Amino acid sequence: MASMEQTIDLSGGGRSRRRRLVNKLAEFVATLAALSAVAVLAIVVLSIAKRGAGELSWSFLTEPLPLFGMPGGGIAPLIVGSALLVAIATAIALPLGVLSALFLTEYASRRLASPIQLVFDLMSGLPSVILGVFVFGLLVYGHTQSGVAGGFALSIVMLPLIARSTQETLRLVPEAQRDGALALGASRWRVVTGVVLPSAVGGILTGTVLAIARAAGETAPLLFTTSIYLNSVQWGPRNALPNMPVQIFIWSESADPEDHKRAWATALVLLAFVLATSLLGRAALARSRRKLGQ
Amino acid sequence: MSTVPAAESLRGTQRVRDWIGDRLLLILTLLAALASVVLMALIAWRVFRGASLSWSTFGLGFLTGTTWDATHDVYGAGTLLYGTAVTSVMALLIAGPLGIAIALFLTELAPRWIREVIGPLVEMLAAVPSVVLGLWGILVLGPFAAGHIEPWLNKTLGWIPLFSGDPSSSGVFIAGLILAIMVVPIVASICRELFLAVPHELEDGALALGATRWEMVRGVVLSSSKPGIGAALILGLGRALGEAIAVTQVIGSATAINVSLFAPGDTLASRIASQFQGAGTRLQTSSLFYLAAILLVIGLVTNLIAQLIVRRFEVQRAVG
Repeated sequence: MASMEQTIDLSGGGRSRRRRLVNKLAEFVATLAALSAVAVLAIVVLSIAKRGAGELSWSFLTEPLPLFGMPGGGIAPLIVGSALLVAIATAIALPLGVLSALFLTEYASRRLASPIQLVFDLMSGLPSVILGVFVFGLLVYGHTQSGVAGGFALSIVMLPLIARSTQETLRLVPEAQRDGALALGASRWRVVTGVVLPSAVGGILTGTVLAIARAAGETAPLLFTTSIYLNSVQWGPRNALPNMPVQIFIWSESADPEDHKRAWATALVLLAFVLATSLLGRAALARSRRKLGQ
Repeated sequence: MSTVPAAESLRGTQRVRDWIGDRLLLILTLLAALASVVLMALIAWRVFRGASLSWSTFGLGFLTGTTWDATHDVYGAGTLLYGTAVTSVMALLIAGPLGIAIALFLTELAPRWIREVIGPLVEMLAAVPSVVLGLWGILVLGPFAAGHIEPWLNKTLGWIPLFSGDPSSSGVFIAGLILAIMVVPIVASICRELFLAVPHELEDGALALGATRWEMVRGVVLSSSKPGIGAALILGLGRALGEAIAVTQVIGSATAINVSLFAPGDTLASRIASQFQGAGTRLQTSSLFYLAAILLVIGLVTNLIAQLIVRRFEVQRAVG
């Protein structure tokens, strides 16, 4: 009887208690880690919202940049310039990224696709300050800064992102759809333009939106390519374009508390745009993946 | 009778159009893919060419030289390599365990609805632009750390030279913290994918044998994801090594190596960001290109290692 009791004693001894204690401790640490990451996000967003909201006003959003050392002014040129830079970058990166992804998924053999894929992976891992130095050396050195140069630098940030998200979407297009169209006698390019691309267009667009969210906040590629600009709204991409990230950087390095206030308010505008765009992109991406996956 | 040749010729033009269309699309996509490869080569070529003057002046000694003196036009990357190593190692020491723990929480612990809230929130942290994080770092985190964290570290660990010295609201320590915030979401999201890919039968098997959840995680989840975790840490390290803007904002600026973490410093990327625009001489510009070239090589090597691990690992998973 005594030995029987011993063998069915499952809750028993100090060793088991210790194991359960260690388990509880590990669970507690993991939960704490997740909470701390969320807390950091909340603290960053809230402190920017709190400090930035006080400065925000209609005139701040619509007026030209303040003259040096003068009160007032606004960030209209930064908003227009950032929009133009991202537009230029998208105009370069979107066709290049989508076409490259088409080549990788629809045409290339595995042996050819693999090294090209590696190049994209390496490109997305490049420190963005190198892109700034590169484009400075390529387009700015011996010439002047310009919106084109800045947009080109940003496009290198976007290119691997768009290529990758497009590839992932293309892979979700069922092989049966391609085979069906081919079996009906459609040629390869008809299949790609008439069947594959239309089913993938949603995924490609949301991937692009996510890439835009990323590029809009990049500072380092613009720091040497479009950072010396006029105070007024610039529309021509041959001039240096005022933009939010570089101006936040300049104001944050300033000793003037007025500039810090402007930096907070601009940071709030930029952060709101970036977070809203990436949330939107993420939601749309999940939706289009689900639709394709069915 | 006349309709037959018309249909014939119609089919003929259709065939010609298909032939042209096929070739055109193939060539177009091929050119785009090649352009991306050429672009990558162009980046490397331009950066190295920019560094050639500094390379011929200082050679490999540039890597160990600790002087960065614009007035005498003598440059060396020694202090910057040290600063880069210290800040990124510190970031990785904080963010590595934290990111892995978050991934474990999301995959093994949290109920579905919590997972679907916290997962995206952690990824939102990666979406915060670095210049915004740097602004917060210099005006909020810096003063807070100087007032609370650094004095405490100095009191308890002050006998270690790293934690000696006066607290300061900008310096290597703050830079390490900001970098850690940037690296956490990278490590967490990659590790989450890894842990999700661990076969459920293995996890259930361990639990059925009487393992506690933590023992199952340690014995099954972590041990089978080891190479992938390594890749995640290396990718996180790559991010920390190359960050220029936020580090420039919070690290202060120093021309010598300071042992204390609380003192100002400089990294490869932050030196480029702070001096490239105002470089006075051709040799200084070229030396900054040299820094970019070092950064490029480090960046490529770390990413290459991580990609190789990931690829081999994926193949392993697919086979076994």
